[in-house]
Amino acid sequence: MSAIIRMEGVSFTYDGPQPKTALQGVSLSIEQGEFVAIVGRNGSGKSTLAKHFNAILTPTSGEVWVDGISTKDEASLFAIRQTVGMVFQNPDNQIVATVVEEDVAFGPENLGVPPAEIRRRIDQALAQVRMSEYALHPPHLLSGGQKQRVAIAGVLAMQPRVLVLDESTAMLDPVGRKEVMETVLRLNRAKGMTVVLITHHMDEAVQAQRVIVLDEGRVVLQGTNREVFAQGERLQALGLDVPQVTSLAKSLKQAGLDVPTDILTVEEMVSHLCRLLSKT
Amino acid sequence: MPIAIKNLSYVYNEGTPFAVRALDGITLSINAGEFVGIIGQTGSGKSTLIQHMNGLIRPALGQVFVAGQDLADPKTNLKAVRQRVGLVFQYPEHQLFEETVFKDVAFGPTNQKLSPEEIEQRVVEALTWVGLDPDEFKDRSPFELSGGQMRRVAIAGVLAMRPQVLILDEPTAGLDPRGRDELLDQLSTLHAKSGMTIILVSHSMDEIARVATRLVVLEQGQIVADGPPRQVFSNAKKLAEIGLGVPQVTELMIALRQRGLAVPPVALTVEEAKQAILALLDGGQER
Repeated sequence: MSAIIRMEGVSFTYDGPQPKTALQGVSLSIEQGEFVAIVGRNGSGKSTLAKHFNAILTPTSGEVWVDGISTKDEASLFAIRQTVGMVFQNPDNQIVATVVEEDVAFGPENLGVPPAEIRRRIDQALAQVRMSEYALHPPHLLSGGQKQRVAIAGVLAMQPRVLVLDESTAMLDPVGRKEVMETVLRLNRAKGMTVVLITHHMDEAVQAQRVIVLDEGRVVLQGTNREVFAQGERLQALGLDVPQVTSLAKSLKQAGLDVPTDILTVEEMVSHLCRLLSKT
Repeated sequence: MPIAIKNLSYVYNEGTPFAVRALDGITLSINAGEFVGIIGQTGSGKSTLIQHMNGLIRPALGQVFVAGQDLADPKTNLKAVRQRVGLVFQYPEHQLFEETVFKDVAFGPTNQKLSPEEIEQRVVEALTWVGLDPDEFKDRSPFELSGGQMRRVAIAGVLAMRPQVLILDEPTAGLDPRGRDELLDQLSTLHAKSGMTIILVSHSMDEIARVATRLVVLEQGQIVADGPPRQVFSNAKKLAEIGLGVPQVTELMIALRQRGLAVPPVALTVEEAKQAILALLDGGQER
């Protein structure tokens, strides 16, 4: 594996009357094909970090490389943004056209993609977000969740190698969230798309292979999903939480039951409990 | 009874190809002091329903009564209704605009031409309800606050109107887990201490299970379930059919029962699930 995104000692300060340091010496790398979740409380620097992944922001100090190219290299801005596609929290700020499929076509059109190829990409992108039947609808009549799926389709139509979702599921209902998660998981597994998911929903973060925890602009914890979520108390101290079954596992362990404390799903809990019951 | 809705229907874009029936024959009574959770998929009619409850949409088909006043009656003063029923929109912090937290929270009472003393008292009370120390926050610019704090300032602005009913549309969206827990705890405290009727629209079954005493489930503009959370969650299959989940610990109970294990059908909290599992294992050992 090779790093598609690499950061070395990145610090970032927002200018203004009261300058605010949002990142402090962040070093990390995102490997090609990985599914990484970034979690942290509000104001921990997650969005600032995400904006460094495709050169919307460039570091005050330190450096970021996307596919080997430094984001300080302004001549490569276009290539960087094509490599790393971003989906933001509020879909209303991302939709530009008056018909869904035209909105999805906006990116590839600007890239000068031939019409037949644009057509193919629109159909594929809308199918991936389950919005094909809305291709000819005006976006402003869609619900928030539907709009967000259109925004994701618009990014997919650019065929990026990395998909960064900056709290893109925050406004969706459980079904919408599940569809987006299924979509990004499928893109990750079937197509090898690198996915960086920034989220407050721990049930989404557990589905990532690797979890990075930010606090006050620093990486304070990282590891596999299981390693990170086994540290419930640490996460709670950082203003986060763990899935209900993980928290249940911990409290059953404290009550003297022989269950692992890094359980992440209902299925895992059921199989451990059945094993315990068969022993008694 | 603060809110009574009778056979309410509503169609958006009527007479166009994009006509959508958002509400379809809703009948619902909400009693004083209830803490009601309204759940449903995106597009199920939740937002349209709550906009009817405070007169933002005048009922076209059917009736809405707030404290006995018929909102369809042109003589009804909808402004007065909106003071009685406070509505906190999604991402309410986008509506902050004043220079200081005090001025922002005071906006409503100031427009009501209340005395300065009364305004100050209300601002202090409202900020306290949402867990912001008035002395620390009142002179700060709302735009220097964190997202979670901004949201609480916006909610305080509605509380400063001393509504009898507080409606919140997805108040925890975008908040981190601690911010979410704090806000839910504050709403629970507000409900317990002030007796205010609270209506919470949410997608999160976990959070609704924690705070609401009654759940109303909407699907395609109709009420498909209405009752205490434990009763509504006991029909997990139906909730799944309409695209809604149950709390993860309830999912666990269901999975264990499918294996033939004797646990209750619903667990609302981790603690309840723990007790159920410990009881199960004790039973196993006795055998």
